[in-house]
Amino acid sequence: MKKIEAIIQPFKLEEVKEALKAIGIDGMTITEVRGHGRQKGHKEVYRGQEYTVDLLPKVKIEMVVPTPRAEEVIRRLADAARTGKIGDGKIFVYDVAEAIRIRNDDRGEAAL
Amino acid sequence: MHRLFSLLSLTAAAALAQTAAPDKIAALEGAVASAQTSGDNAWLLTSSALVLMMTGPGLALFYGGLVRKKNVLGTMMQSFIMMAWVTVLWALAGYSLAFGEGNAFIGDLRYLFLNGVGADPNGDYAATIPQQTFMVFQLMFAIITPGLITGAFAERMKFSALLLFTTLWLFIVYLPMAHMVWGKGGLLNAFLGGQFRCFDFAGGTVVHITSGISALVCALYLGKRKGFGVEPMKPHSLVLSFIGACLLWVGWFGFNAGSALGSGALASSAFVATHFGAAAAALGWLAAEWLHNGKPSVLGGISGAVAGLVAITPASGFVKPMPALIIGAAAGFVCYAMVVIVKSKVGYDDSLDAFGVHGVGGTLGALLTGVFATNEVNNALKDSAGKPLPLGLVDGNAGQIVDQAIGVGIALALGIVGTLIILKICDIVMGVRVGVEDEISGLDLTQHGEEGYNLES
Repeated sequence: MKKIEAIIQPFKLEEVKEALKAIGIDGMTITEVRGHGRQKGHKEVYRGQEYTVDLLPKVKIEMVVPTPRAEEVIRRLADAARTGKIGDGKIFVYDVAEAIRIRNDDRGEAAL
Repeated sequence: MHRLFSLLSLTAAAALAQTAAPDKIAALEGAVASAQTSGDNAWLLTSSALVLMMTGPGLALFYGGLVRKKNVLGTMMQSFIMMAWVTVLWALAGYSLAFGEGNAFIGDLRYLFLNGVGADPNGDYAATIPQQTFMVFQLMFAIITPGLITGAFAERMKFSALLLFTTLWLFIVYLPMAHMVWGKGGLLNAFLGGQFRCFDFAGGTVVHITSGISALVCALYLGKRKGFGVEPMKPHSLVLSFIGACLLWVGWFGFNAGSALGSGALASSAFVATHFGAAAAALGWLAAEWLHNGKPSVLGGISGAVAGLVAITPASGFVKPMPALIIGAAAGFVCYAMVVIVKSKVGYDDSLDAFGVHGVGGTLGALLTGVFATNEVNNALKDSAGKPLPLGLVDGNAGQIVDQAIGVGIALALGIVGTLIILKICDIVMGVRVGVEDEISGLDLTQHGEEGYNLES
């Protein structure tokens, strides 16, 4: 099993969800996060006080999928989330040791 | 014969009319007076409610949105508590000390505990409304004035110290100033036997200069917020501030047009001047910001509107619409320069710009009142022959600017000296500033034991 963690532009969330649903992936966890990579922040001015805001709002998607499906999910996700501009985000992939469904103690891929 | 008969009946009718006349005229006079009282009283009660709305929720939202979210409730409470605490002080002795006929500087105790303040009008101040209405209208001004100061020490003042500060400030600064400008026999009262003829229609000196200069003293005395200039201190919700500022704008119609103390033409004139001043100042601030900084901001627009409302306050019952536009535009530019350029150069932490907007806008407005006041708008001042006296420079009375400056000077001096003494007393008794850890945690938790936003609950 692989855990796929993607940090994307918030306005791309719906497209990503649709793209994943189209290939049968509908389990995921979404978090609103702030951060930045190479994208520069912006300037805000309040009554002359200048603030540089470099932590920008992003959405983090986390999901665990069977290993054979990981590459397809990553490809679909990246295609849907891409604008081609700086700030599109990143995808990280991890190995998952175990998955347990709390309701009935299913283990492994059966729990996904 | 016929003619004789008609002559006779005419004489009889005249005789009848003569006996009926005094009664009838008295009845008519009574009806007219009662109608005027109804009209004036309706407007003054409405105005009183509008001015209270300026403090809560107007000012509370305006200031509350400008602070960080850990201080939103503490900041709102600093406005709200005035609505309760100042009311009690006003009822016990405040009204009497402001409006009792005392000496040139302070009123006497004739209205202590509101003794004698009832349905009968007080002819010296407002002959057509119950004195009780006049009393409660003036109370609303006493409520918002210390509320305005709280913008200077936002996010770092102890709540207990605020209560003591407000109490002392009301008695040492506000009541003397209100008496001097508006009380019978007050030193600066242009209409009721004052030595200096200072025009302050709705509180440019009494409300805005005193609160503004006291705010500056507070900001300097308490010092900067922890992390000022290092960590971000962005307004946590300009949406709240926007709603608050718009409520202030609406409430200000009660503040200024209500100060006509009647519902006639002078109230209309003050209403129009108020609105025009606010509009021009919003545009003035936005234009200055756009030129200087590249973007017209919402915070700039609403700050400008408030600055314009402040500046037009003393002038509102004396100036025509075009000068109101000029005063407003000037306030927008000058207050922008003060808040954005001067403040950052000097480096004090007047957190929500109580001085930059109220102190500076109030002073500008008081001085420009001396320029633009005209007896075409307000003819209450007459010479012995009953001819209206010239008011400001536009009427040919350049000396009025000096009288206005005297009013400004007294307000500034009283505000500085009074506030310094009061802060010293508060500091000795309980300490004015919260501890560093409390300041980091925020006023909401440390002063009130609650949080403004519990989104997870």
